[in-house]
Amino acid sequence: MEATIFFVCAVIALAGAFGVVLSRNPVHAALSLVATLFAIAVLFLNQGAQLLAAVQVIVYTGAIVVLILFVLMLLGIDKEEDLRVEPLVGQRTLAFVVAAAIFGALLAVVILGGANVVTGARSVTQPLADGVQMTDIRQIGQQLFSTYVFPLEVTAGLLTVAVVGAVVLARRVRNPQPLPEPEPLDEDEDRLLYAEEGAD
Amino acid sequence: MGNDLSTAYLSLSAVLFAVGAFGLLVRRNPLVMVMCVELMLNAVNLTFVTFGRMLDDVTGQVIVFFVLVVAAAEVVIGLAIVVAVSRRRPGATADDLRVLRG
Repeated sequence: MEATIFFVCAVIALAGAFGVVLSRNPVHAALSLVATLFAIAVLFLNQGAQLLAAVQVIVYTGAIVVLILFVLMLLGIDKEEDLRVEPLVGQRTLAFVVAAAIFGALLAVVILGGANVVTGARSVTQPLADGVQMTDIRQIGQQLFSTYVFPLEVTAGLLTVAVVGAVVLARRVRNPQPLPEPEPLDEDEDRLLYAEEGAD
Repeated sequence: MGNDLSTAYLSLSAVLFAVGAFGLLVRRNPLVMVMCVELMLNAVNLTFVTFGRMLDDVTGQVIVFFVLVVAAAEVVIGLAIVVAVSRRRPGATADDLRVLRG
């Protein structure tokens, strides 16, 4: 049963991931991302992480992707990107090589590692919640407010800084000056200048 | 340690991470790049949950919790930067933003 659910969700997650990377319209990419995140939430559920599955759906698909869609609609930059144009020569090839190298390295670790792929001792004090005597929500809560209470407090500061920073960054400037176009990177103009000076 | 599906979970995470990295390197729309970063973060989260289950320890899930919070903060700031840039220069792609002048 678990294997069946895994394979269905893996197919959905992969299709969504390729949709994010390959769809020309950013809105389609965002909707593909929703599919992937939902599939990963089901995979969390499949592994007994019920709280995380709920949080994943609420926070990621309900807040983060909606925020991205809001910005897309607000700015109107949902125009399609022409994926056939390659501004940097060989960028795609290089990117594919890098991604394949990352994937190969990770897969080699996973396959060759076998049972030793995860280091560390098995938990002996508190085994993972079985959902009968101990729910995972309670377990995570106990950990958060005992072992990880300092990171939790720091998180509050992080969220405050993020909110303030977002307000400061996105506020309307009084009289925005349009940015000057960057100077051309080639030195033809400098050569022209030197040529004129030489002519004088 | 773990069951026979753990390797499958980790392999799926590896594929998702690599696809996200490829998209981040190739796409030029800043919002799509943010989405690719989210994809990579989710691949790592799946790895954490799998490891936690293999070790029978809840710490993996706690770390995912923190990653979620940091990802939310990161998206908020990133989108604010995108909004600020788009006001000054509508339709800018990541390639157009070479000059770091305010």
